[in-house]
Amino acid sequence: MKFETPAGKNPIDQLKVVGRATSRIDGRLKTTGNAPYAYEQHDVAAHQAYGFVVGAAIAKGRITAMDTTLARAAPGVVAVIGTLDHAQPLPKSRFNTAHLFGGPQVEHYHQAIALVVADSFEQARAAAALIRTDYAREPGQFDLAKAAPDAPLVPGSKGKPDVARVGDFDTAFTQAPVQLDRSYTTPDESHAMMEPHATIAAWDGDRLTVWTSNQMIAWGKASLATTLGMPPEKIRLNAPFIGGGFGGKLFIRADVVLAALGAKAAGRPVKLALTRPMMMNNTTHRPATIQRVRLGATRDGKLTAIAHSSASGDLPGGDPEAAVSQTQLLYAAPHRETFMKLAVLDLPEGNAMRAPGEAPGLMVLEMAMDEMAEKLGMDPVEFRILNDTQVDPAKPDRSFSQRHLIECLRTGAEKFGWSKRNPKPAQVREGRWLIGMGVAAGFRNNLLMKSAARIRLERGGRLTVETDMTDIGTGSYTILAQTAAEMMGVPLDAVTVKLGDSDFPASAGSGGQWGGNNSTAGLYAACVKLRAMVAQTLGLSENAHFADGKVIEGEKALPLAQAAREGPLTAEDLIEYGTLDKQYQQSTFASHFVEAAVDAYTGETRIRRMLAVCDAGRILNPKAARSQVIGAMTMGVGAALSEELAVDKRFGYFVNHDLAGYEVAVHADIPHQEVMFLDYPDDKSSPMKAKGVGELGLCGVGAAIANAIYNATGVRVRDYPITLDKHLEHLPVLA
Amino acid sequence: MKAFTYERAQSPAQAAAAVARKPGAKFLAGGTNLLDLMKLQIETPTHLVDVQDLKLDRIEETAEGGLRIGALVRNTALASDMRVRRDYGVLTKAIVAGASGQLRNKATTAGNLLQRTRCPYFYDTNQPCNKRQPGSGCGAIGGVSRQLGVIGVSDACIATYPGDMAVALRLLDAHVETVDPQGAVRSIPIGEFHRLWGDTPHLETSLKRGELITAVTLPRPIGGRHLYHKVRDRASYAFALVSVAAVIHPDGSGRVAFGGVAPRPWRVEAAEEAMPRGAQAVTAQVFAEARPTADNRFKLQLATRTLAGVMAEARA
Ligand SMILES: Cc1cc2nc3c(=O)[nH]c(=O)nc-3n(C[C@H](O)[C@H](O)[C@H](O)COP(=O)(O)OP(=O)(O)OC[C@H]3O[C@@H](n4cnc5c(N)ncnc54)[C@H](O)[C@@H]3O)c2cc1C
Ligand code: SF4
Repeated sequence: MKFETPAGKNPIDQLKVVGRATSRIDGRLKTTGNAPYAYEQHDVAAHQAYGFVVGAAIAKGRITAMDTTLARAAPGVVAVIGTLDHAQPLPKSRFNTAHLFGGPQVEHYHQAIALVVADSFEQARAAAALIRTDYAREPGQFDLAKAAPDAPLVPGSKGKPDVARVGDFDTAFTQAPVQLDRSYTTPDESHAMMEPHATIAAWDGDRLTVWTSNQMIAWGKASLATTLGMPPEKIRLNAPFIGGGFGGKLFIRADVVLAALGAKAAGRPVKLALTRPMMMNNTTHRPATIQRVRLGATRDGKLTAIAHSSASGDLPGGDPEAAVSQTQLLYAAPHRETFMKLAVLDLPEGNAMRAPGEAPGLMVLEMAMDEMAEKLGMDPVEFRILNDTQVDPAKPDRSFSQRHLIECLRTGAEKFGWSKRNPKPAQVREGRWLIGMGVAAGFRNNLLMKSAARIRLERGGRLTVETDMTDIGTGSYTILAQTAAEMMGVPLDAVTVKLGDSDFPASAGSGGQWGGNNSTAGLYAACVKLRAMVAQTLGLSENAHFADGKVIEGEKALPLAQAAREGPLTAEDLIEYGTLDKQYQQSTFASHFVEAAVDAYTGETRIRRMLAVCDAGRILNPKAARSQVIGAMTMGVGAALSEELAVDKRFGYFVNHDLAGYEVAVHADIPHQEVMFLDYPDDKSSPMKAKGVGELGLCGVGAAIANAIYNATGVRVRDYPITLDKHLEHLPVLA
Repeated sequence: MKAFTYERAQSPAQAAAAVARKPGAKFLAGGTNLLDLMKLQIETPTHLVDVQDLKLDRIEETAEGGLRIGALVRNTALASDMRVRRDYGVLTKAIVAGASGQLRNKATTAGNLLQRTRCPYFYDTNQPCNKRQPGSGCGAIGGVSRQLGVIGVSDACIATYPGDMAVALRLLDAHVETVDPQGAVRSIPIGEFHRLWGDTPHLETSLKRGELITAVTLPRPIGGRHLYHKVRDRASYAFALVSVAAVIHPDGSGRVAFGGVAPRPWRVEAAEEAMPRGAQAVTAQVFAEARPTADNRFKLQLATRTLAGVMAEARA
């Protein structure tokens, strides 16, 4: 099905199942420990051996020798694979920047350099410690602040100029009566999802099956084929349950490659997981940024000039953290400029982490907006409203498909009690606590990706959905079941959903908050086909109507199951998109409100209340969407207050590579959280009229916290995370 | 983890003798620290002597009017004991500020005293660390040292003793009772229990090889307001950047000890007479010899401010 014109009325609009707060259909499996994650697929292949991966001890250089003799002789060891077994690194797909295995060159710390396979995990781990590796270290660049000034501009994509310009920023900024010019930094961050990267690999002749933890099954299969140099048809990738990814599992990593190589060498299935330190230094992270924002405004608060630039680093051939992209679309101003710089750093690979670009970009832009509002003597909510735009500022004839940011801000302000905020900072005290409120806007684009699904009407009337879509804890199983139930007029429990298998039709996968809308739209397309098949089989027309397990037309009401009396009916289709996302800018919007308290003695920050108001199209399942948003808000608390991969600039690695040193927010950090959805169906996004929401919830949270802290203390910290040492000496002196 | 042998001792003297007999042997209590370190091959004992059957899990009153806490009393049991809560509140507060409920259920009094540093370079066997591998150098000096020590540190090691419970024990003038492999017992003042690193940061306490902790004793209660404030980047489940244990009397006099700043709970008794004059007067003396890094210099001001907050709380 090609989606080329705005959706009209369709069966989803009935909202009998879709749009209702629905508990996860896989919830019981998960809460009872019966949802097998990759490492727990004990029964899928007999005689599994255990792998343990060894990481490089240096950040950059060459391996001159590796002695595996002792490891090979250790108890229980079945096979040992060393990086020098390969003269060159194994080929990598276009999705990978760092090589995953092979060759003498060390590109980053904890690069996988060996695998030990043994009968037990403990044996594999003990033997791995017996491998002796000699290195020739080479100097590397590990310091973004040093590398950024000389870093080259990032070329504009698809032939666009390197510096995106609208109007004449320099002149407008110079002439602006009120100006703001500030620099900010955000740190490297780790996805820190609970489930590690883990894989079981089994060969059957020249066919390979991997049970793994991966967000994008089709990409994963293609990438693995490239790296292993084998035809993709011979690979099956299976990831029915995923314990979080946040972008860290968009692309294959060393676990799946080494499990496959290990299983081949061992002649039996191999399971392995990366350790937590390996997750932080072997895989990917959100790159640190150094950003600069310049805003020019009239005295009455109209922005005339906006510039935003960002520098980040990555391994050679890598990508920037696209922290300026939202700035092209969020606020009106006739004169604009955005660009990025990318330095070569020899740290582990930087790559996508939840809301890549917008998350750190809005932490900065929305702090700058707060600073500008203060300069103007304006309320930060009103300042944002005044500068709202309903069109793409670079192409004023291109409007947003929908945009209710103003309503998000107004509704949020009302609900949160924003009018009680004292605009003058450092005025509100409760005992030892300094209290403040902050606001920020959230913004994240809605991306359209083709997505396929299959649906089968089984004998007896049950429905089975099959797609390689993944559920990374988001609720995919449930919204797909809701979609099928709505389309086919059956109750939710008449639908079985099977996901995450590369033998199923290729979906959009989970990433970039595109999974929900696109995968359900793909299933919608398959359901439209199945409805036609059912109607035809039952001798009814295309106008037949599906409800209560029946197919109804005029006087006739036949049981749906009757259509499968002769055998199952199977329909498969794909949603593809025309140019609606070119004609219209499709984005999602939010307002975030935060009340924070700062201990006047110690500088510790504790969040007291949070509210998000989201404008993200039709909300397919308010319960699952709320979970996504509160999870994202929680992640935003970590980003604002404590999360930072600390770089050792001499040795070139992330030092705090475990969950004791890398501090994500814990329960005690998370206060009362509230989420509201505006729930305006967007007919330009897909037949589902839904948009992404899982990343939106994170976008802007950090800045709302930072602004609340400033309102509490009067001390502006422009260097995330806002740890107590950064404002301590400026807090009031107390006896 | 390296392969090791394992036995369960039946009496304290037998346990001590068993560890003394085998080179590389260690005691195993709750295992919450030792096993983690073994998995990372930071500790590589050849033999473990499990002490869990030693029946050292009672809290008794002493003839002097204090308490004798068995070495195997779990952190949860110690923190919730009514006598401790009533007379030694700072100890309860310090314990519950540490780790998590699950860990405190498993962690023992002796094991907690002996928990090792949380320096990140100590935890990564690819990096130099004089404590883990004497003579290999110190990765933290010149590296990431925000969490590490500001006083009592040396050119060989700037790590901290990371625990909370011991800070309160130091404040309360506890003693550590031990039995050695020959069966001889002794009582070590807590202030002499943890060593300063000097040139030998791998030697962390005054225990001799095979010497088993049997109990910790507390002298008679000293009254006053008991306070423990632990400062950290998140609200729970993190080691202290700085912690302050204090007992403060209505006239402002009292005692104070600091955690998260030094190789051992840091207390300078001579500075305590300045307590009625406020936090600054105390910390100026306590931290007179401080040698912070650029990363952790803030701990000095933080210590003063945290103590000021604790003093204000005592007055409230
Ligand atoms: C995630 C995490 C967070 C933590 N957070 C905190 C925190 O915030 N604050 C805090 O204070 N602590 C914290 N801890 C540390 C925790 O308190 C210790 O791990 C625990 O107290 C150790 O006790 P154990 O009985 O398990 O010791 P074990 O691990 O069994 O032993 C520790 C050491 O003591 C020796 N030993 C044990 N018993 C004896 C004995 N009777 N005589 C002589 N030697 C003995 C062992 O040989 C070993 O060397 C944390 C730990 C973890 C894992
Ligand atoms: S500070 Fe001590 S523990 Fe840390 S690296 Fe240096 S020697 Fe090792």
